[in-house]
Amino acid sequence: MTTSAPVLPKLIGERVKRREDPRLVRGLGTYVDDLKVTGMRHVAFKRSDIAHGTIRKIDTSAAEKMDGVEAVFTGADIAKILAPMPIGTPFPSPPHYAVAADTVRYAGEPVALVVAADRYVAKDAADAIVVTYDPLPVVVDPEAAMEGKPGVIHKDFPNNLAVALVPSGTGVAPDFSKIDNTAVDKAFAEAEVKISQRMVNHRLVPNAMEPRGVLAHWEPGKETMTIWSSTQNPHILKTMIAAMNGLGQHQVRAIAPEVGGGFGAKINIYAEEYVCSVVSKKLGIPVKWIEDRTEAFVATTHGRDIIGYVDIAARKDGKVLGLKMRLIADIGAYNMLLTAAVPTLTMLMANGTYDIPAIRTTLTEVFTNKTPTDAYRGAGRPEATYFVERAMDMLARELNMDPAELRRKNFIKPNQFPYQTQMGAVYDSGDYEKTLDVALKAANWKGLIAERDKARKEGRLVGLGLAFYVEVCGLGPSSSLPTGGWEHGQVTIERDGRITATTGASPHGQGNETTFAQMLADQFSVPFEHVTILHGDTGIVKQGIGTFGSRSQAVAGTALHLAGAKVKKKMAQFAAAMLEASEDDIVFENGTIGVKGAPAKAKPFAAIAGYAYVPVPLPQGMEPGLSDEAFFEPANNTYPFGCHISMLEIDRETGEPTLVKLIAVDDAGNLINPLIVEGQIHGGLAQGIGQAMIEEAVYNDEGQLMTGSFMDYAMPRATDFPRFEMASTVTPTPVNPFGAKGVGEAGTLGSTPCIVSAAVDALSPFGVKHIDMMLRPEKLWKIINGGGRS
Amino acid sequence: MIPVAITVNGKVRTAHVEPRTLLVHFLREHLNLTGTHVGCDTSQCGACTVIVDGRSAKSCTIFAVQADGSTVTTIEGLAADGKLHPVQEGFWEEHGLQCGYCTPGMIMSAVNLLQDNPSPDEKQIREGIAGNFCRCTGYQHIVNAIQHAAKHGGGKAAR
Ligand code: FES
Ligand code: FES
Repeated sequence: MTTSAPVLPKLIGERVKRREDPRLVRGLGTYVDDLKVTGMRHVAFKRSDIAHGTIRKIDTSAAEKMDGVEAVFTGADIAKILAPMPIGTPFPSPPHYAVAADTVRYAGEPVALVVAADRYVAKDAADAIVVTYDPLPVVVDPEAAMEGKPGVIHKDFPNNLAVALVPSGTGVAPDFSKIDNTAVDKAFAEAEVKISQRMVNHRLVPNAMEPRGVLAHWEPGKETMTIWSSTQNPHILKTMIAAMNGLGQHQVRAIAPEVGGGFGAKINIYAEEYVCSVVSKKLGIPVKWIEDRTEAFVATTHGRDIIGYVDIAARKDGKVLGLKMRLIADIGAYNMLLTAAVPTLTMLMANGTYDIPAIRTTLTEVFTNKTPTDAYRGAGRPEATYFVERAMDMLARELNMDPAELRRKNFIKPNQFPYQTQMGAVYDSGDYEKTLDVALKAANWKGLIAERDKARKEGRLVGLGLAFYVEVCGLGPSSSLPTGGWEHGQVTIERDGRITATTGASPHGQGNETTFAQMLADQFSVPFEHVTILHGDTGIVKQGIGTFGSRSQAVAGTALHLAGAKVKKKMAQFAAAMLEASEDDIVFENGTIGVKGAPAKAKPFAAIAGYAYVPVPLPQGMEPGLSDEAFFEPANNTYPFGCHISMLEIDRETGEPTLVKLIAVDDAGNLINPLIVEGQIHGGLAQGIGQAMIEEAVYNDEGQLMTGSFMDYAMPRATDFPRFEMASTVTPTPVNPFGAKGVGEAGTLGSTPCIVSAAVDALSPFGVKHIDMMLRPEKLWKIINGGGRS
Repeated sequence: MIPVAITVNGKVRTAHVEPRTLLVHFLREHLNLTGTHVGCDTSQCGACTVIVDGRSAKSCTIFAVQADGSTVTTIEGLAADGKLHPVQEGFWEEHGLQCGYCTPGMIMSAVNLLQDNPSPDEKQIREGIAGNFCRCTGYQHIVNAIQHAAKHGGGKAAR
């Protein structure tokens, strides 16, 4: 270099502070509820307060008479302008009206709505609607439901079976034309040790801190619909809103403004989104609905709720010969966008990180009179991890083997990758033993054992837990998602040399504006501040799928990189013309574009950009401008993995558990921004620990959610956690050019089994073999006091 | 309708409100100060935390008429002369936020905490923000952010 220009740092792999934060820490982010449109009215829903019944009478007269009320719609009114809601999975599904017209099937289901001048009036009016029901038997227990007891929820689904007994694993042909149990039966016949346990991975409430909200604005003159929503996937929203309003996709613009967390529960396209759109269109005015928290508890989809009957067959030396997993998913009252698909991911990941010769899983999905389930951080994979890891822990205990050594013995070996599982997955890359060793060292496993044993001698109830996980991430490919599994990116070099890029991955806390800018700044060798990432608005971002399944970096990041490469090539051609050099000799360096070996000739990046837009002379065969796009279709998913270790102490007097230590070692492949990655893991850990220790959606026999507000549902607080100890290993994926696997959901996988295993270890002096989550002190106290052995 | 006069971020703001209008809705709807968020309807989550007469308070738990004559600082009033408050700096430096929804309330609670105790230990920080929920971060980076702020004069800073 001849100039003294500072050398730009490489940004990929650096802990770059987030681009998003300056606006957010000043309270200047714009979430849906912060938006106002002239003439906007407010919507409030009347919801069913019973879990199952037919609507005998609905009296809206008092509501209609109230000052400021513009309109009232019942289910019957809405049914005239809105068809039943579609789902995104290929399973058969009963009709689901956005607003119940004759039958309600869960407490919280909408039955009517009010449009009013302000929010307070809308709520008053909704409260003034009087609904009379004829109650029907309430189905709460999924295992009774499977026998049609105490009733049937949807008439064409006998025994409440939403998905009836799908088998998968060894000897099952992909089209189910052949199911051969020989290998599985043989494994269990030859076993020297067997483990058999029913486990419950209980229901949770996602509780993003921003409740959902939607603002729909039909403009009769332009015949266009703009819909702002707190959603993870504005492009899917656009597609669905167009279809359900009988509009072309060119007439709909969907915008996800600042979104205050999603965790999977904002993937689904909800009744309230459809209803606000049709009501806005019908009345010709913009309408807004903002969910209350207590409403969110019943109106937004729940997560998990799978019972697993898990059997393991093994030799005495610890080698696992066979695995059986019978899964029963309680999906609540209706199928939502991805409801039925979520438990299939539990099947897919049943064998975890182990090379198990014979596996049989079956899946039954059951309707109950509860809020429907759908994706929740991890979505099916934490359930798989929990079942297989708890079973492995029970096997280790039975064999009196160190849980780490039992895992080591059964791991898929590095030379087996890519590894075709019995379940149909192809694990891309892995080195599980390396990560196990790093975890044992980071945790000082031997030291922890000594510490535990010493505590035990003192009469304290201290336990250790270890769990390993592998997760399917980076969703696509398109064969695995009804929406398509690609992602889209567009890169534009502006006339002044600034870079504007759009991504179809619409974030809600993941920091894509930062990580994607890091990537592009490195790709073009320009300052980080010169790159802007736009997202979340289908009017600006041409195409996209959305943010879920830990896919942003692996899929959307790659799409942007590919778009960037196309633009960079064209820019190099302009530079070659301007500098009278060969395209192959053009180098991008420190905000300049120059010729290899001739640094004095280098021009500022902005100068080449300017030339591309005023191309005099226009190089032969070239078009002006610098903008291009790419769709990236991944060839496979990615499979990140890791090992979590915990230490737990239980108070002998009260049964209260305290998490003393949690060590997380995660391998997400190459990392773009380790600071953001750590934040993602922390957040996942908090939700996993929350599930293991304090969170639970509890229904009573009448189908009422007993933990239906923050008064009753234990949301984890800062005081519930120790400082997490973290380490990582790096096993890149061959599936994308960054070698990045995805990390958004990882923390929820290892944490639950490792904590429950620690609790079982702590209470092993009482002969306990398994404890179902969550670790309610009362449950632990009963075990300590001899009343609750399981 | 009842007249109220509340000093918000240094300016006296007057309005006629329904007696049932919550302070948070007065700030958000009447004054367009939408940085103060609503995360619940049972006074648990702390997303609505502001500072009223020098103490942190959940603005969803106070009627606007109760705040008549009070002095209120919201997240928008925290940065002075375009310079971030040390607590805001800390959150940025230490990745103390993800979706940002809990952040304004969390920051206001942290400001109050550091004012009471300019150099809290980790346990005191965790207890000090136990009235604020964050679903994204797992709190560890928030603790780091508040430690960072404490080291950089967060307890003494004006607000
Ligand atoms: S909004 Fe939740 S405490 Fe005020
Ligand atoms: S950053 Fe999302 S809730 Fe705290």
